[in-house]
Amino acid sequence: MFKLLKQAPLSARVGLFIILLNVVAMIFAPVIAPYGETEMVGEVWAPSSKAHWLGTDQLGRDMFTRIVYGARNTIAITLCVALLSFFVGCLGGFVAATKKGWVDQALGRMVDIVMAFPTLIFALMVLSIVGTSIPVLIVVIAILDSTRVFRLTRAVAMDIEVQDFVEVARLRGEGNWWIMRHEILPNSLPPLVAEFGLRFCFVFLFISALSFLGLGLQPPMADWGGMVRENAGAITFGIFTPLWPAGAIAFLTIGVNLVVDWFLHQSSQIRRQ
Amino acid sequence: MDDLKTMLTKRIALGVATLLVISILIFIGVEALPGDLAEAVLGQSATPETVAAFRKELKLDLPPVTRYFSWLQGCVQGDFGNSLANGRAVSELIGWRFANSLFLAGVTAIVAVPVAIILGILAALYRNTWFDRLISISTLSTISFPEFFVAYILIALLSVQLVVFPSISSINEQMSLFEKLHVIFLPCLTLALVVIAHMMRMTRAAIINVLTSPFIEMAELKGLKRSRIIVRHALPNALSPIINVVALNLAYLVVGVVVVEVVFVYPGLGQLLVDSVSKRDIPVVQASGLIFAMTYVTLNLLADVMAMVSNPKLRQPK
Repeated sequence: MFKLLKQAPLSARVGLFIILLNVVAMIFAPVIAPYGETEMVGEVWAPSSKAHWLGTDQLGRDMFTRIVYGARNTIAITLCVALLSFFVGCLGGFVAATKKGWVDQALGRMVDIVMAFPTLIFALMVLSIVGTSIPVLIVVIAILDSTRVFRLTRAVAMDIEVQDFVEVARLRGEGNWWIMRHEILPNSLPPLVAEFGLRFCFVFLFISALSFLGLGLQPPMADWGGMVRENAGAITFGIFTPLWPAGAIAFLTIGVNLVVDWFLHQSSQIRRQ
Repeated sequence: MDDLKTMLTKRIALGVATLLVISILIFIGVEALPGDLAEAVLGQSATPETVAAFRKELKLDLPPVTRYFSWLQGCVQGDFGNSLANGRAVSELIGWRFANSLFLAGVTAIVAVPVAIILGILAALYRNTWFDRLISISTLSTISFPEFFVAYILIALLSVQLVVFPSISSINEQMSLFEKLHVIFLPCLTLALVVIAHMMRMTRAAIINVLTSPFIEMAELKGLKRSRIIVRHALPNALSPIINVVALNLAYLVVGVVVVEVVFVYPGLGQLLVDSVSKRDIPVVQASGLIFAMTYVTLNLLADVMAMVSNPKLRQPK
């Protein structure tokens, strides 16, 4: 593990550092943050100072505190969505690849239809009907996103399914479920891990966009996309407060992308050897 | 040629079927509302008589299948019912906003497509030089940024620091074309940066992919100039993936306008959709969702058809 880290190029190290920074902020939010999440501590839109490193927001809350807590809320929800989407997508993909026949056809057509519809519009329509709440948000985005995971896992699992060792397992009399868990899953891990990084970025940007439109996490919870929206008015006065949370979103996405790039590069090299 | 025709017909039929399924989904979604539309709109305190009257007015007393077909028929004829928020006809609300959204997306496309293709070709031509690296770093970061981040940085630079372009893009019909273009400069630039990044990366990748083929090596061995190899030999062969990416990005533009319209308070369909979702003005949401879906599906269809026409390999029936 350490050896691998030592060989990592600069870009991957920067990416890992960014992710680590965010994870620390996420776990130790109450320790790091100098003030409370919804505590009003100063003037409205105060410039950055010793007391408030990044200034204050539209209600006089400390921006740095909000960003640290925002890491917690935004990243936690993104992780929930990405994990759920992976669970659903992988399961669907594996089932389609092992069962084949009409199951594969039915799942494939369903996914085609969902993917023919722009994700943002679909999410907006669903949210207008069922209303915005955190569980709804997680389930809706996860299901929409799982279609992309499904496509990839199905393709990967199809390749593995025709290998000799799966044939051997089948002849041994193992069931579909056993084959999925013991043969297909371990062999499809490398592309899936890289895909997880990419999906994480996508979901993260997507949730931020929804929050920015006022349809994601609801105030007074600190959330990066929502914070940009709340402070957007400041920019026309030449106050750059909304750039901080927006920058935090960009920062984490770049970090994850750098690590994914490195990982993809690594696994393609392993395959070549 | 007959093969091509059957494949095109099949693809178009698939597109129409997708639209029908989407319209059914949109319709069922509203049916799945807890209670029904009448109760949702009138609230808990409404008397049973008012609810009944309202139901009759919205024809909620008819069976769902009948209502679906009359709704669909209305949609085809451009009649989407009335807005719940202000009682105006939805088609009236949507008409000029949709035109505005198309105007924004169209202007962006006209600027972005040639720039992206030229930059992509240049990046492939000067592969692994500082120019290529600069372009690949800047496109990677543009892809990683949320659209509103790009938008606010542009506002901070071009509208607050240097007062050149307005940060609010409200346009109306009295404005001349030039005034309109000036007002929508920033949203256009934001959208253009995002789609250029995507299209450019794909153009570069497509051309580099073709550069490994034997006929390129042949051309190199004949001693042709690098620029001639790329423009005359590689580009025509990379055309099909490039056309595909361009069409997909146009489809993305139609959806991407939503966030950008909200940032710049531009009176487009995206802004209307977001407003209606928070007001839960369901007829407007249904109609604008359907229009977005239609544009998106049509552009995707166009992408596939163009790919089939430009690439003989895809014309072979499987």
